[in-house]
Order: sequence, then C-alpha cells, then structure tokens
Amino acid sequence: MKLELRGITKRFGDFTANDRIDLVVEPGTVHALLGENGAGKSTLMNVLFGLYDADEGEVLLDDEPVVFDGPGDAMTAGIGMVHQHFMLVHPFTVAENVMLGHEDVRGPAKLLDVEAARAKVREISERFNFNVDPDAVIEDLPVGAQQRVEIIKALSRDASLLILDEPTAVLTPQETDELLGIVKDLRDAGTAVVLITHKLREVQAVADTITVIRRGKVVGTAEPTASQEELASLMVGRAVTMRVDKEPAKPGETMLEVDGLTVVDDAGIVQLDGVSFEVKAGEILAIAGVQGNGQTELTEALLGVVPADAGSATLDGEVITGRTIKEVLHSGIGFVPEDRTEDGIVASMTISNNLILDVHDKAPYAKGGALQPKVIAEEARKHVEQFDVRATGIDQTAGSLSGGNQQKVVLARELSRPLKLLIASNPTRGLDVGSIEFVHKRIVAERDSGAAVIIVSAELDEVVALADRIAVMYHGRIVGIVPPDTDRDTLGLMMAGAHDEEEAA
Amino acid sequence: MSADSQTTEDQRDEEAPPEDRWRRALREIVESSSMVVFMAIVASMIIGGVLIIFADEAVRESAAYFFSRPGDTFSAIGDALGSAYSSMFNGAVLNLEASSFAGVIKPLTQTLTMATPLIFAGLGLGIGFRAGLFNIGAQGQLLMGATFGAYIGFAFSLPAGLHLALAVIGCAVGGAIWGFIPGILKAKRGAHEVIVTIMLNYVALYLVAWLLSLDAFQREGSDNPISPFVAETAQYPKILGVQFNLHLGFLLALACAWGAWWLMERSTLGFRLRAVGANPSAARTAGMNIGTATIITMVIAGGLAGLAGSAPVLGTQKFLTDAVAGTLGFDAITVALLGRSRPLGIVLAAILFGGLQASGPSLQVNAGLPVDIVVVIQATIVLFIAAPPLVRAMFRLPAPAHEKEVAA
Repeated sequence: MKLELRGITKRFGDFTANDRIDLVVEPGTVHALLGENGAGKSTLMNVLFGLYDADEGEVLLDDEPVVFDGPGDAMTAGIGMVHQHFMLVHPFTVAENVMLGHEDVRGPAKLLDVEAARAKVREISERFNFNVDPDAVIEDLPVGAQQRVEIIKALSRDASLLILDEPTAVLTPQETDELLGIVKDLRDAGTAVVLITHKLREVQAVADTITVIRRGKVVGTAEPTASQEELASLMVGRAVTMRVDKEPAKPGETMLEVDGLTVVDDAGIVQLDGVSFEVKAGEILAIAGVQGNGQTELTEALLGVVPADAGSATLDGEVITGRTIKEVLHSGIGFVPEDRTEDGIVASMTISNNLILDVHDKAPYAKGGALQPKVIAEEARKHVEQFDVRATGIDQTAGSLSGGNQQKVVLARELSRPLKLLIASNPTRGLDVGSIEFVHKRIVAERDSGAAVIIVSAELDEVVALADRIAVMYHGRIVGIVPPDTDRDTLGLMMAGAHDEEEAA
Repeated sequence: MSADSQTTEDQRDEEAPPEDRWRRALREIVESSSMVVFMAIVASMIIGGVLIIFADEAVRESAAYFFSRPGDTFSAIGDALGSAYSSMFNGAVLNLEASSFAGVIKPLTQTLTMATPLIFAGLGLGIGFRAGLFNIGAQGQLLMGATFGAYIGFAFSLPAGLHLALAVIGCAVGGAIWGFIPGILKAKRGAHEVIVTIMLNYVALYLVAWLLSLDAFQREGSDNPISPFVAETAQYPKILGVQFNLHLGFLLALACAWGAWWLMERSTLGFRLRAVGANPSAARTAGMNIGTATIITMVIAGGLAGLAGSAPVLGTQKFLTDAVAGTLGFDAITVALLGRSRPLGIVLAAILFGGLQASGPSLQVNAGLPVDIVVVIQATIVLFIAAPPLVRAMFRLPAPAHEKEVAA
C-alpha cells in the first residue's frame, strides 16, 4: 500500500506542530522519520492514525484520498501503529491481547474464539521468526517480546503499513538489533514501515528513505549512506559534533565509597542487591543498563529518598546513608533526577523560585526566615544567562519552558553550589541535540573542577561519550566495571546479564 | 510499561506531568482566573434574580393572566427585582432610607462584622489549599477555638487587655490542636485529610455539646446548653462606638491577612509550603520534609479557623453554644476558593459573603423574600467556580485545548 501525505498542517493554538508536510511512503520500503524531540513527528503520525484532525492537507492511500475519524478507521484501512508505550493488557495472554478489539466468536453460544487467535499468533510468529508463545501472559514477557506482540497485533489486522513510534527506546542493544532484523523482514514481505526515531544509528541500519523534520517542517531527505554528522546537522539545523571533547580524567582521592548497598521495595522485591563501587574525585562513573535494573534505586538510595536496607555509602569520609535528603544535599551532593518534570522542577513556580528550591533557606537567599527577593532575582538572572535558559524572563513558570530549558534550570540549580559529588540520571533524556551538547559540557566541566560524577543513562552513546569508567547494572547488581573503550557488543551482553570477567579500573 | 519511560515525542511532552485528577481539580479551582470568579458572581446574581422572580407573589399572581395583560407581569418582575436588589443594597452596603449618618453606614459595618470570621477561616483554608491540603475541618477547628476562647473568657477574671489577649490566644490554640490531629495523622500514617477533618467536625460538635452539659460550662440558672457570658475584659472592643457591632476582631483579621501574605510570599516556610503543595516529589527531592510541611500547614490553618471562632464568642454573641459556628466553617471554604487562596482575594470574598448574609434580614423584611435566596446565591457561586474542573475530574475529561500550555 502506498501512503501519501499532502500539505498536512496541524496547529495547537499559536503553535504549528506540522507545517505543510509532504511525505510519500512506498510499499516494501522502510521510511525513517527523523527529528529531534518536539519536531512534530508523533503529531504527524497521530494525524495519519486519525487521533488528531489535520487543519489542512490530505491523506491518500494508493492515490485515493481518505479521512479517518479515529484509530479504528485507520486500522480498517490497513494502517497499524506500535506506540512507544505499549497498549497491552498485562494479565492477559498474547492471544487474548491480539484478539482484543476485534474478537471473533464461534458456535451458537458465541464463545470467544481464542483458538483462532492463537493460530493467528502462531502463524505470524513463525512467518517472521518472532518466537512468541500465544499462551504466554504479557507481564511475564521481556520488553522486547511485548513489542513483538504489538507488531503481531498490527499484522493480525492485515496492516500493510506499520508505524513504529520510537521503538527502541526501551530495548537493549541486542533487542534493538533483533527488532531491526524484523523490520527488514517485514519490508521484504511487502509491508511499508514508517520508523519514527531520533537515533541515527538505527536509521542508517534499516532505512531506505529518510525524511528529516525540524520544527514541524520537512527540512530535507537523505540517503541512508549519509554520515551521522550530516543527519544530525539536518536535524538540528547547524553543524554538530557527536563526540564529547574532554581531557583524560585526573582522578584524585576516593570521594564516594558504596559498600554492599541494598534496597528492598515495599513488595519485598530486592531492587538493589549488595552494590559496591567507588568514585574518585575528578572522574565520571557512568552506570549503564536497561531501564529498571536498579539504577533508579541506586541514585535514590544515595540521596536518601528510599532507605537503604543494608550497606552504606560514604562521601569524603562521612557516612551519608541514613541521613535526611536535606543533610545529604548539604553535604555536597548535586542531584539531577531521572524524571525532571516529576522530581526536578515545580512546574507552577517561577524560574527564579525553581533555582533556589534546595537552597531557599540559606544565605544569601534568606535572612532569618525571610526570603530576599532582590538577591533571588539577581542570582536567577545570572544563572539564566550562564546556563543559556531561553525564557521570556525569570518570572516565567518553569512548566512553560521546553524540556531542554527545564533541564538547564535544574542543572543551574544543582551546579551553582560547591559539589563533591554530582549524580545525574538520564541528564539528556528528551533533549535536542544542541541542549545535549551543552549539558555534556557542563558535566565534564564539573568533573574537571574536581567533583566526582555519577551518570546514569539508558543511552549507550551517552555512557560511552561521557564515562571514564562504565559500571553495568543488571537485576539490581553491578555486573562489572569496564573502561569506556569496551566494545558495544560486550556492553550489550553485560546489560543483558552476561557476567563479565574483565574487572578493569 | 513502566511509568518512568514517559517521553512522548511531540509537543505534548512539554506539559506538566500527569497528576492525580482530584489534585488537579483542586489546583484548577484554586487557580481559576479572576475573570471566571467575577463572571461566576454575576451569573449567580442573575440566577438569584430568576429565583426572586419566581418567589415573588405579585409576579405569580400577574402571571396567571399573562396572556391577557403581559404588561402586568413585566412590571411585577421589575418591581420584584428592584425591591430585592435595593433591599440587598440597603441591608449590606448603605441604608439610603435611614435618617442619621450612623443609620446609613450601619449596614456596611454589619457586613464587615459578618465578614470577620470568614476572613480568619478563609485565610487558613487558603494556606492549606496552596500547600496541597483539602481541609474540610474549619468548622470543627472553629468550634474548638470558640470553646477554648470562651472558657478563658468566662471562667477567669483578669485585667482587661491581658484577658482579651489570652482569650484570643486560646481560640488560636484550640483550633490549632484540632488542625494538628489530622496533620500528624496524614504525615505519619497517610490518613487522608478530607476524611479525618470531616470526622473531627462531628467530634468537635458533640464534644462541645457534652461540655455544655457540665457544671463548669453551664450558665447558672439556665437549663439550655449555653455558657455564661464572656467577661467584658475578654470581649473585643467595639471600634466604631457602641451603636455598631464592628469590633477589634475585624482589624485583627486584616492583620492576619497581611501575615498570611507575608508567610506565603516572603518567608522560607511559605516557600516550602508552596513547593510542597505544587509538586511534592520535587519538593522532597530538594530536601524538604513533606510530613513536617503537612503538620505545620494544618496547625496554621487550624489556628486561623480557631481565631474565626473568636468573632462570635468574643465579639458578637459573647457566649458559647454548640451552634456558635453556624455554617461558617463551610462558608469559609467557598470564600477561600472564591478568593483564589490569596489573602487579598479572601478578604474581598469574605466581605462579599458577609454582605450577602447581612442583607438577609432586610431582604425578608423589605422585599418579603425568603432569606434562603442569599444561600442559593452563595451556593451557585460555588457551583460556577468549582463545577467545570470538578466535572472534568469526575468524568476524566481533558482540559480544553486553549488551557494547555504549548512551549514554543
């Protein structure tokens, strides 16, 4: 099936998310839609899928104009979409999830025809080598398999055009490779695939055609042979370096020593299992791993958000476990939380207030219980300038800033007091390439000024670019600590739980 | 899928994080714009007008022969509305029919007198709302404050000044204790403040009813559950002379409004309370103690509600009954919402409500209308302000697109 979008425009108030976008997807090809976060890729696909109405423009399938009122219409027309967040019912089996929404019935009692669904799952699974058991319960499946169930769901409805929205965000490198293999098989079987992503490596690996979107407009098309630098410059609109420029680390004294740190959650599950490591002043330890393998618990236990059930952490000779968050912060730790909108900023408060969130009761911001508005405003103006926060003023609410600027506010706050240790979780998640460069530079500068740094990141590229040493976590344990020049395959295997013997560094 | 991988890809990811829908409803009520508030008052007056028309006897009589002489109906409607709103004005603002200057301004002083407890309690509730607590317990806190203050007022004899000061402090302490209980239960045990404060309203009510059956509280020579009069040394002095009811409590309420503003906008404590109210997880990550903030908020809110109890027992009624709180604790919720939880707004809203209540008797006497019209107008104001976000929360409807902030 050939898909064509002509002059699609979608506005939200004054904001134009899609501006006269033209796109042609030929059958049997992989069309990559490349763009930064917020460029309008997902909006475009939601228009196509019938979730949003376009303000202008039309959608053509096999040269016939069509109008979709909702996802149901789009599916009937042969368009399948795998969302970034899976739409699966966790206690149901694979077959039950696949039949959900178009249940076949049989016999006079109109019983659900689960058997037909199972057969369909088995047939599709064998055809594309998915290795999915129709009777497996979703919550028991790894993330990669859940994603394949989503693809089966789409294919079982005879989708001849499949949209994958950021499909690799939650996968290990190995799972990513498997998925890219599946995408190629689907293409060879005649399915048109639209791959929405901002990851250049994937685009180069499978795309036949690349369309780059920036600020809601198509800014160009590229061949898959284009270099990463070329693609990145198209995405961002200027030249970008993909590497982080940093001097070799000059590690000093041991700053943080973690010994047998263990966290058991409320359900009694061990989330962090006897983790021990140390970080020296002036070095960056990056913690790699697939999301949900104890990284969050590690950072939260260090800050004191969750209590440590066993083990200890010592910062510069002082035990920090068992202290309040406030004491930990004031002992010289800067914390950039994983979920910035949830834990990093107070959206309804102003930028200047967000900049003093953890120092609001310290001089010079407060005197005897009274805030000092003049000092606060002065400092805020300074920080906004230093960290290049793009805002109309310091009294703008933090919630109305873009993700990158919100992150700059968090960094400006955390880096503007003397630190012994900086802990940053996914510091560049959801940021555009320009902001990523900036954040990386700041983190390296903090290292060079003598702080110990812990970076937790799900992005292997980021880990490799920043780390002086890499610790890989799997199931709440540190599988190994390796040098940053370790090859990706080894890291990938470690992230999937394979023990690694080379305990370097 | 784990909730921590939430980064959708288009401009939607610039929105605030998904928050609890009740919490969001509360926030939207609190943050509804001044225009909405103003229009809600206008709309309520219109609806009140419709009810006045239906309640008016002359209108109903003339409507019976509407089709033969419609003019009669229209003039009856005009008369009804005219007399209703003019008697409301005469009852609440300035009595233009009075012969003396004192008579002319008396309604205004009455309005301010009635606004006094609403200002106190509204300020406490407003601070609670901004700190993310839905305190329904102003009624009970007010009652406990009134009990403490009244007891100090009638059971002791002390020099003037000192006696009043102690009685006023007693009111604040009584309310603060009643606020501390739900505060610590929420902080330590996670008990929801809405449930606990509602329940404590009943506890307070029956506690006071029981106390009034004791010899220590019972008025001598009376079988009714009422306390002795508060000693004159513990009464709020009348600030405009004896012919007016307006007492020192009103000035104290205005001082508290300034104090509440300073607390929330200029103090480090208020900063913490605001941050905790707006985003508890970020506040916690920044080292703030949510439990402590909850307890402090409830103690302050309770203390202010307790001070509201001083208005009847030390100012107007001057003795304690179990009905001393009336519906003040609940009206104060409306006042706090109407005033958008900001001190200045609360003072203005309390004066509006004080005026509506002050106009009740005049409405009945001069326009022959039921006093309940006033209550209906108050209630529709609440409905108009609270309903859109509440309805959205109940049916999980999204906020209108124009309310979503889209980052450029």
